Amino acid sequence: MTRISVTVDGVDYSDEVEPRTLLVHYLREQLGKTGTVVGCDTSNCGACTVHLDGRSVKSCNVLAVQADGHDVTTIEGLAKDGELHPMQQAFHDCHALQCGYCTPGMIMQAIDVLNDTPDPSEEQIRVGLEGNLCRCTGYHNIVKAVQQAAGAGATTGSSAGTTSGSTLGGEPV
Amino acid sequence: MTAVEDRPKTEVGAARKRKEDQRLITGRTKWTDNIQLTGMQHLAMVRSPFAHARITGIDTAAAKKAPGVVAVLTGADIKDTQGAIANAWPITTDQKAPAHLPVAVDHVACAGEIVALVVARTAALARDAAELVEVDYDELPAVLDAKEAVEDAVLAHPDLGTNKSALWRLDSGEQGSGGDVDEEIAKARADGIVIEREYRQQRLIPAFMEPRSTVVDPTGEQITVWTSTQVPHILRFLIAATTGLPESKVRVIAPDVGGGFGGKLQTTAEEFATLAAARHVGKPVKYTETRSESLVSGHHGRDQYQTLTLAATKDGTVTALKVDLIANLGAYVGLVGGGVPVLGAWMFNAIYKFRAYRFTVQTVLTNTTWVDAYRGAGRPEATYAVERLMDELAVEVGVDPLEIREKNWIKHEEFPFTSVAGMTYDSGNYEAATARAKELFDYDGLRREQQERRASKDPVQLGIGVSTFTEMCGLAPSRVLGSLNYGAGGWEHASIRMLATGKVEVITGTSPHGQGHETAWSQIAADRLGVPFEDIEVLHGDTQISPRGLDTYGSRSLVVGGEAVVRAADKVVEKAKVVAAHLLEASIDDVEFSQGRFTVRGTDNGIGITEIATAQFTSHNLPDGVESGIDADATFDPDNFSFPHGTHLCAMEVDTETGQVTMRKYVSVDDVGQIINPLIVEGQVHGGVVQGIAQALWEEAVFDDQGTLVSGSFVDYTLPTAADTISLVTENTTSPSTTNTLGTKGVGEAGAIASTPAVVNALVDALRPLGINDLQMPCTPERVWKAIQSAGSNQAEATTGDAQPHFDAGAPNQDTPGDDAGASTDGAGQ
Repeated sequence: MTRISVTVDGVDYSDEVEPRTLLVHYLREQLGKTGTVVGCDTSNCGACTVHLDGRSVKSCNVLAVQADGHDVTTIEGLAKDGELHPMQQAFHDCHALQCGYCTPGMIMQAIDVLNDTPDPSEEQIRVGLEGNLCRCTGYHNIVKAVQQAAGAGATTGSSAGTTSGSTLGGEPV
Repeated sequence: MTAVEDRPKTEVGAARKRKEDQRLITGRTKWTDNIQLTGMQHLAMVRSPFAHARITGIDTAAAKKAPGVVAVLTGADIKDTQGAIANAWPITTDQKAPAHLPVAVDHVACAGEIVALVVARTAALARDAAELVEVDYDELPAVLDAKEAVEDAVLAHPDLGTNKSALWRLDSGEQGSGGDVDEEIAKARADGIVIEREYRQQRLIPAFMEPRSTVVDPTGEQITVWTSTQVPHILRFLIAATTGLPESKVRVIAPDVGGGFGGKLQTTAEEFATLAAARHVGKPVKYTETRSESLVSGHHGRDQYQTLTLAATKDGTVTALKVDLIANLGAYVGLVGGGVPVLGAWMFNAIYKFRAYRFTVQTVLTNTTWVDAYRGAGRPEATYAVERLMDELAVEVGVDPLEIREKNWIKHEEFPFTSVAGMTYDSGNYEAATARAKELFDYDGLRREQQERRASKDPVQLGIGVSTFTEMCGLAPSRVLGSLNYGAGGWEHASIRMLATGKVEVITGTSPHGQGHETAWSQIAADRLGVPFEDIEVLHGDTQISPRGLDTYGSRSLVVGGEAVVRAADKVVEKAKVVAAHLLEASIDDVEFSQGRFTVRGTDNGIGITEIATAQFTSHNLPDGVESGIDADATFDPDNFSFPHGTHLCAMEVDTETGQVTMRKYVSVDDVGQIINPLIVEGQVHGGVVQGIAQALWEEAVFDDQGTLVSGSFVDYTLPTAADTISLVTENTTSPSTTNTLGTKGVGEAGAIASTPAVVNALVDALRPLGINDLQMPCTPERVWKAIQSAGSNQAEATTGDAQPHFDAGAPNQDTPGDDAGASTDGAGQ
């Protein structure tokens, strides 16, 4: 077991984890952050997307020990003081979710897309969301939601603020 | 919250944003895998790697000693308690169906079948220990393909003596709904047009985003089962029916469920295995599948061979349609099983006025993952076949594909119309939907562009695809289902509870998993009861809260379950009216109800329905002899299905040099009757259309020669991404249904039923000048390229060996046109 210290949604945690524990399992099973979900076992679906130091990562593709000393934002940490994040609001306004299972990851990735490209074309939105699968919506309304959020200035998304240059274990994220 | 002054005049028809969203966008969703119970143990499955084998021994000793392991169970250990997986629809009385045990005892008939269970303190420890279970198998020959299965040379279940499960037939001559098919085809052969084709419906995987998960708590007086299902009520019934547990001791809850598309319309081996494990250890047990497990063990969809004969007169008037299907059921007959192709039986004739019709399906068993309902279930297969054939007929006659359809379709003034298959279509207006779709699509403009590209020999050709579909939905009339030997009814139930504080609970027997019933049912009840949308709570998916229901599938929830809400609300109003008359000191005949208030005709005297709810709570002043309470229940069982329809138009660009296909434009105009919430309808159409497009272009479940699922992960089973798809143009026309008072028709499956042939018709349309009249789905660039090559289109200007020297003939790792054993029906003339 290895001890890690991670800030998740603004709260500092320190826990013993098995070295093989994935970040998503640490979030769900040890912290109860079940807003972040698992949709596949091959890093294809993106349902588990969170922000690590302000950049989107698939949390099934990061070991919990790699998050040691870093800052994680999940879907549960987006709304502030009861106010939805503009991307959450846009997903609601545009009916960009049906079953909602992909939604936490999709919202986290969509915020990342706008952080990189504040005024994206439809093509840039679509390519930016390529790693996140949705089976319900056909993506039409998700694209609309990201366009609405871009218009509302939904950048500077998650709380961490650091948007570049973070490294994990010496490897670029 | 909407301010009162902003409130729409009627909720029905308003684009209400969904009530469900708040928890889903903030991560407060209750998925089954989120449930944690004190003392809960975790289950991992040991699954067969072989498609067909006898189990000769299972050694669990090492696994039992592994850290954290509580129990290791084999099929033999739980054979008396594990229950069975049922088929609810034996399509013929002599249907052959192998016994289907949740955990195999001595024989496995497909890869992925469960052979042992490991219960441990954590999911990771359970999986670790599952690796230590040693199973000895005697491998048996496996039959995988449906056509081979018909030959009975290799048997999927040797004990049955045949792979043929059932032969089911509908003949218009025999049942008196039309003429003699053979006679009409003979006439057309002599002096008309006969089109004969074989189409392949590839195997698909529903691929809902939430992997299936089950938690069983055997502590307490009742066993509680939380599970990611579309059918909690059916599961409860079948647990009781097959395990011997009293139905009253079982509670099934479908909490938030992340998509289904038919894939969770099943009672699964995993659910029964989790139940057996929990009962064995006496503690709550959770099982959550991995995606790889999901893709191999959750049921698949489609997988049919379709042999089709369409007869017409020389001028293109259709006369007869003969349909012969071979449907692969996989290793076991699922809940709907052979009923899936049978649901297509009334739809191959579609919107066209055939004189004679015959549908025959042979269902077969193979050593592959079981096949059952997937979005559309039978109707996409039918629509694909007939819409492809109508394009072929248009070519034979030499007219536009829309012209041949219009010549043959049912005119709007002919409804209600009894089809050659014997179904009475309630309403529709194919002319209106088509006219609007053409306009939105710029049909004539795109046809002109197509001609220009053909004339200029543009390497990127343009094709236009048409699909004028109808479907039958709202799986319901209990009497009809009974006559088809279906094991359940088709009614739906609703209850309305008028709470003392003015809030309202609507309890529905439907079980949503993304459809938005909480929003739509609130809209219906708000109008009917005259209470605010926000004050209504819709409860569902728990057999203890909603004891009566038949769940969600077959585009039935609104047309059957929504109507039950209407009827329950009307009963509430009737009961409340008696109390209102009493409190208003008026004759009941003088009391009127409108927008939530009872008033006495000709006076200002009035009282709100929520005030009546409070009055019945206190019961201080009720009329003599009137029972306290204005809550009401209703069950609705319609007389008929409903028949949505629509016109879908698709423009595809095909790069004839590379086989790359690109969607240029997609327009749909769907007529789904009265719309309760246009936002939700639009979303259903978007999602359905893209699933249908995915069948046309990308998705296929592929097994290797040994019966191993090659496309067993999301790396290989290629769902569409945002980057693969385009924004769609969707609109509606409205022909209210006559089978329910709201006038609604189903919409959940319409898009998936309509879009597949529109896409393939567009591709074939682009390539037809090259002599191509078919492409096998999914129409990947490789298949399109090979079809182009084998059609000889590029022969005149063939690339020389010198130009691409490393493509020398005979060199390894090359695709050679026509040398693809796995895709033998590629290309022209098939």
